[in-house]
Amino acid sequence: MEKRLRLVAPALAIVLAAIASLAFAEIPLSQRRSGYEQMSREVKAMQDDDTSNPASLSVLDGEALWTRREGSAQKSCADCHHDAETSMRGVSARYPAFDAAKRRPLDIEQRINLCRTEKQQATPLPFESRDLLALTAYLGKQSRGMPIAVISDDDTKPFIEAGRQIYARRQGQLNLSCQNCHDDNAGQKLAGVELPQGHPTGYPLYRLEWQSLGSLQRRLRNCLFGMRAEPYAYGADEYVDLELFLMWRARGMTVETPAVRP
Amino acid sequence: MTARALINVPRKAKRGDVIEIKTLISHVMESGFRTGTNGKTIPRDIITSFACTYNGEEIFATQFYPAVAANPFVTFYTIATDNGTLAFTWIGDNGFEVTQEAKIVVE
Ligand code: HEC
Ligand code: HEC
Repeated sequence: MEKRLRLVAPALAIVLAAIASLAFAEIPLSQRRSGYEQMSREVKAMQDDDTSNPASLSVLDGEALWTRREGSAQKSCADCHHDAETSMRGVSARYPAFDAAKRRPLDIEQRINLCRTEKQQATPLPFESRDLLALTAYLGKQSRGMPIAVISDDDTKPFIEAGRQIYARRQGQLNLSCQNCHDDNAGQKLAGVELPQGHPTGYPLYRLEWQSLGSLQRRLRNCLFGMRAEPYAYGADEYVDLELFLMWRARGMTVETPAVRP
Repeated sequence: MTARALINVPRKAKRGDVIEIKTLISHVMESGFRTGTNGKTIPRDIITSFACTYNGEEIFATQFYPAVAANPFVTFYTIATDNGTLAFTWIGDNGFEVTQEAKIVVE
């Protein structure tokens, strides 16, 4: 009996080690899939055709805001940046990006608000407000079809790492990490829903459940609620670090903004 | 912000062709059954009807109810009969009324 146990123990240790290493394996780059691929034919059709994608309505709002004079500077985005189709092409695909003055990465919403406050001398737009979502969707659209290309260098690496740590850390009453669902169990069912790999390829996007456009932070808030963890405040550094890590994890994948999700 | 509508009508068609028309309009479609954070019922605010005319003649009409989701998307078919204008009108609560037109060339 004792002899058998002595044999079993190392075997068990090997099996446990194998499970542990499986559990912490990152998804190989070539096996990454956008949440799009798991959607029904009908929802894919909604995203594919701009005239049936409800997010297009916000893109039109954003286009109008682009040329509206704002703040005490009475300048529009277009006054400085001219045609967004050229000046903003590929910009969203590399956000969050490092801001030298703030010594940390800013997401695209914060970057837009920086121009609102500093260049237009206007009040910042609240997170999840219709106008901020519209501008973000309009800018995001200018990167549609391009590869995600956040910059990983000495400035950004510590923040990518901070995001990765939040991603891997178990938290909340259910004691789950993001990784438990989006790496270890991606493709499995959670109730009726197929777990996606959790790539941020389409934000801001129109979620049918929300019946509106929503930012990546809103999505992360939803997942944190699901884990029964305390969501961070909108604009918190933790969210931006997570966004940066997620974009880095999705590097090279195609921007779908503005996407549709169920 | 003003309501936005997106209409997808083929620019050109052959006489007798069956054509697909797609319309999408921004609207909250507040059902009137939800309670706000202040505990009070959020008043109903929905689109109640939608119609399409083709050179003045009604070719499609429908009514909307509180269970219709935000930003209603309606698609339907018609036969391309003549050159002309398709006009789309949405009417709803609180004086909501939007009309938009699209031209079609029929050969
Ligand atoms: C007075 C001129 C001015 C106005 C108005 C302005 N910007 Fe900017 N914006 C700049 C300049 C200059 C930069 C380059 C970075 C810097 O100096 O802050 C910039 C940078 C940006 C960037 C980052 C680009 C990149 O490549 O990383 C974005 C995004 C942006 N602006 C969006 C907007 C939006 C949206 C508006 C309108 C709400 C706007 N800007 C209004 C001058 C302006
Ligand atoms: C209990 C499992 C679970 C955990 C834990 C979880 N999520 Fe999710 N997540 C989901 C599900 C399910 C969806 C898709 C929801 C849907 O489409 O109905 C999702 C969606 C997402 C998406 C959107 C993907 C897309 O295609 O738009 C991102 C990004 C994401 N999660 C990131 C995270 C992050 C970051 C964390 C940790 C803070 C996290 N998730 C924790 C279950 C989880």
